[in-house]
Amino acid sequence: MAQILDSRRKFWIRVEGSIVKWLFMACASVSILTTIGILVTLLYQGYGFFNEVSPWEFLTGTRWTPILKPRSYGVLPLVSGTLLVTVIAAMVALPVGLMTAIFLSEYAADNVRRIIKPILEILAGIPTVVYGYFALTFVTPLLQNIFNDLLVFNALSAGIVMGVMIIPMVSSLSEDAMISVPRNLREAAYALGATRYEVSLRVVVPAALSGIIAAFIIAISRAIGETMLVTIAAGATPRMALNPLEGVQTMTAYIVQLSLGEAPVGSLEYNTIFAVGLVLFCMTLLMNLLGFWIVRRFREAY
Amino acid sequence: MGNSTVFNVRGLNVYYGDFLAVKDVDMDIKKESVTALIGPSGCGKSTYLRCLNRMNDLIIGASVKGQVSFENRNIYDSNVDATEVRSRIGMVFQKPNPFPKSIYRNIAFGLKVNGFTGDMDEAVERSLKQAALWDEVKDRLNDSAFALSGGQQQRLCIARALAIQPEVILMDEPASALDPIATLAIEDLVRELKVNYTIVIVTHNMQQAARVSDETAFFMVDKDRSGYLVEHDDTQKIFTNPTNQRTEEYITGRFS
Amino acid sequence: MNEYKPVAGSVSPNRKRRKIIGTSVYFVFLISTLVGIVSLGVLIFDVLDKGIPWLNWQFLTDYPSRKPEEAGLYSALIGTIWLMFMTALLTVPIGVGAAIYLEEYAPRNFFTKVIEINVSNLAGVPSIVYGLLGMSLFVYYLGSSEQFLGRTLLAGALTLALLVLPIVIMASREAIRAVPDSYRQGAYAMGADKWQVIKGVVLPSALPGILTGTILAMSRAIGEAAPVIAISALVYMTFIPAHPMERFTVLPIQIYNWVARPQEEFRGLAAAGIIVLLAILLTMNAIAVVLRNKYQTRSEE
Repeated sequence: MAQILDSRRKFWIRVEGSIVKWLFMACASVSILTTIGILVTLLYQGYGFFNEVSPWEFLTGTRWTPILKPRSYGVLPLVSGTLLVTVIAAMVALPVGLMTAIFLSEYAADNVRRIIKPILEILAGIPTVVYGYFALTFVTPLLQNIFNDLLVFNALSAGIVMGVMIIPMVSSLSEDAMISVPRNLREAAYALGATRYEVSLRVVVPAALSGIIAAFIIAISRAIGETMLVTIAAGATPRMALNPLEGVQTMTAYIVQLSLGEAPVGSLEYNTIFAVGLVLFCMTLLMNLLGFWIVRRFREAY
Repeated sequence: MGNSTVFNVRGLNVYYGDFLAVKDVDMDIKKESVTALIGPSGCGKSTYLRCLNRMNDLIIGASVKGQVSFENRNIYDSNVDATEVRSRIGMVFQKPNPFPKSIYRNIAFGLKVNGFTGDMDEAVERSLKQAALWDEVKDRLNDSAFALSGGQQQRLCIARALAIQPEVILMDEPASALDPIATLAIEDLVRELKVNYTIVIVTHNMQQAARVSDETAFFMVDKDRSGYLVEHDDTQKIFTNPTNQRTEEYITGRFS
Repeated sequence: MNEYKPVAGSVSPNRKRRKIIGTSVYFVFLISTLVGIVSLGVLIFDVLDKGIPWLNWQFLTDYPSRKPEEAGLYSALIGTIWLMFMTALLTVPIGVGAAIYLEEYAPRNFFTKVIEINVSNLAGVPSIVYGLLGMSLFVYYLGSSEQFLGRTLLAGALTLALLVLPIVIMASREAIRAVPDSYRQGAYAMGADKWQVIKGVVLPSALPGILTGTILAMSRAIGEAAPVIAISALVYMTFIPAHPMERFTVLPIQIYNWVARPQEEFRGLAAAGIIVLLAILLTMNAIAVVLRNKYQTRSEE
C-alpha cells in the first residue's frame, strides 16, 4: 500500500515549494522597495535642490521663476494654483457626489442603480487627457459666454471638469459608507413616521459620516495629484491665484512643463521638480493618512 | 480481519488558544475495522478526528498535546512530515468538496501531488470502482465534478481519497448532507471498504453508527465545555449494555 | 395610582410641509445624479462630433505631421501596444506573486500589516510621482546625469508596472480570498503541501478574477500620460520603436500634443485620437465584464 508514490519526485516537489515561497515573498517586498525608491528619489534629489535654495525661501516665497531671470524659488504660487483648482473641484464634486450617493443608496430602485452605477464607473475610467481636452475645447468657450473676462487657460474650467471627474469616486466611496449602515437604524426612524429625506439626511448620513469624510479626503487627494487635466486647461503661469478666471500653474503641471523642457539633468532647474514633487507627495500622503485615521478612529461600530 | 492496532492515542489534549476543546483521550483503533465516534454536538468528535491526520495543524491557534501513534510512530514528532501523514491517512468531509475540475482530474490530483508515475487512467478507474462510482461515470470522466448529484460527489471524494491508497480513511459525518438513499449507498460503501482499510467515522446518527461500525466511542462535553471520551467498546455492547451510565442516557435518548 | 396626564406641549407633524420638502429634496438628488451622467453624455457627444470627421484608416497608419491632413496616430499606437505588453509582463507576475504571499503564506504579524498599509498608500500616490521615480532610478542612475536605461520603453514599462502594481495586488488578493476554503481542505487532506494546494487548486479557481484585475490595471495604465511624459520626454515622434531600448510615445501623449496646439484642426485630430483610445478601453472593459460573468455562473454550480 502507498508504495506507488515516488519519494524522489516528492523530494523535488518539496524543493520547488521552498523556492516558490521565497519568490513570492520577494514579490511582496517589491511594494516596499517602491516606497523606499520614491522616498529616496525625492529626498536625495530634493537635497540637491535644498543645498542651493533655503527651505525657508522655498516654502514661503511667493514668486516662482526657476527658469527666467531673476530666479525666484518660492513654491507658494504652485501650491496656491493647486489649491484653487482643487477647491473649485471640491465645490462641485463633494455635494454632487454625496447627493448622488444618497440617491443611489436610499432612493433609487434596483434597476435604476444597475444602469447608473456602470455609467459612473465609465466616467471614472476615462483618461484624464480626455477631461483636459473637454475642459479646454468645450467648457472654456461655453463659460466665456458667461464670463467675458475668462481667459483661455483658467482655473475655473479646469476646476469644474476636475470636479466632474472625481464625482464617481466621492459617490462610490460615500455609498459604501452608507450601505454599511445597518437596516434597523433606518427602520427605527421610518417606524417613527420620518420621511425618506429625513431618514437619509438625519440618520443615514450622520451614521456614515466618518466614511463619507474619508471619501471626501481621498477624492481631494486625487484632485491634488491630478496632472494632465490641469496641464492642458489651467495654464502655465505660476501666480498667487485667487481669481479663477485667470490661468494658474499647479505643482503637477509645472513638473510636466519642466520634463518637456531642456534643463540639463542634475542642474538646479532640474532638481526643482523633485522639490516640488516632495511637497506634492507629502500633501497627498498626509491626506491619505488622515483619511485612514479618521475611518479608524471615528468609525461607528455596529 | 487483523487484530493489530493501527492507532494508539495517549493523553491527547487539543487547545484552541486557551480553550481546551478535547481532554485526555486514550484510544486504540484496530486495523481494518470501522470505529464510530458519536456524541452530542460540540463534544469534540470532529476535532479529535482531525488530530488523527494532523489537519488541526492548519487551524491558527490550535495546539495538540499528547501522542498519536500510527504504526508505532508518533505522528506529532517534530521530524514527521505532515503531508506524509495525510497521504497515508485520508479524509472525507461532511459537505462534499470536489475540486472545480473534471471527475478524472479530481482523482488524478492526489496522485500527481504525491509523485505518482504509473498508469493514471488505470489508477483512476480502480479508485472509482472501489468507490462504487465507476459504472455511473465511466462515460463522462471529463465532465465537471459539479455535474454529479450530492451523493455521487461524496463518493467521488471517497474515490479521490482512495486513489493514493491510504491505510486509513477518516470520515467526518460523510452522509449528513445527503438524502436517505445516498446515505445508505455511503454506508454500503463503508462496509465494503473495511475489508481493506481502517475507517474512523464521526456521526451524529446513532442508527448509522449501529449499522456500520465494529466499535463505537462515545464522547461528551463536561461543564467547562471540553470534550472527553466516556466509553469505547464493541458496538454491540455500547448499544445494548453500555458500562457507563451517561452512555446509556445518550443511547436511550434521555438527552441528546 | 398615577393619573395619566398628557405631556405638556403637542406634536405637530407638519406633514404637508415635510412632503413638499421631501419632493424638492428628491429632485435635487435626482438632478445631482444626472450631473455626472449628462456630463458624460456631453463629453462623448462632443468628442464624436469633432473627431469622427478625422477618423479614417489613414489616421491610424500615418505618423504625426505638422500638416493636420497628413497627421496620424501610428507611432503612438505602436508605442502604446509595446508599452502595454511590456508593462503587463512585468506587473502581473510580481503582483500575483505578492498577492499569493499575502493571502496564503504571510503570518498575521506586524510586518505583514506594514506591507498591506504600504500597498494601500501606493495606490494613492499621484502618478507623476511615479514618473519622477522612474526618471531617477530607471532613466538615469540616481543622482547622476549618466543614462541607465535611458528614455526607453523599458524604463517606461518599469515605471508603469510599479504604478499599477497595487491594483493588481488588491484585485488578485480578492480573487484568491474568494476561493472556498473547502477546496483547500480537500487538497491538504490528500497530502499536498502548501504550494501544491496553491498551484493545483487555488490559482486555477482564482484565475478569472486575477485576469479581470489585470485588465482593470491595464485600463488604468493605458490612459496614463503624466508618468510617461516624464520618462520619455517626447511629445512629437515620427518613427516607431523596434525594440525595448528605444524611445517611444503613447496615445495619451499624442492626444495631449494635438490638444496643446491652437489650430482648430488639431483639436479635431485630438478628438479622433480620443475616440481610438476610448474604443480600446471599451473593448478591454467589455472583455473583463464578459470574463467575470462567464466564470461567475460556472462557479455557482
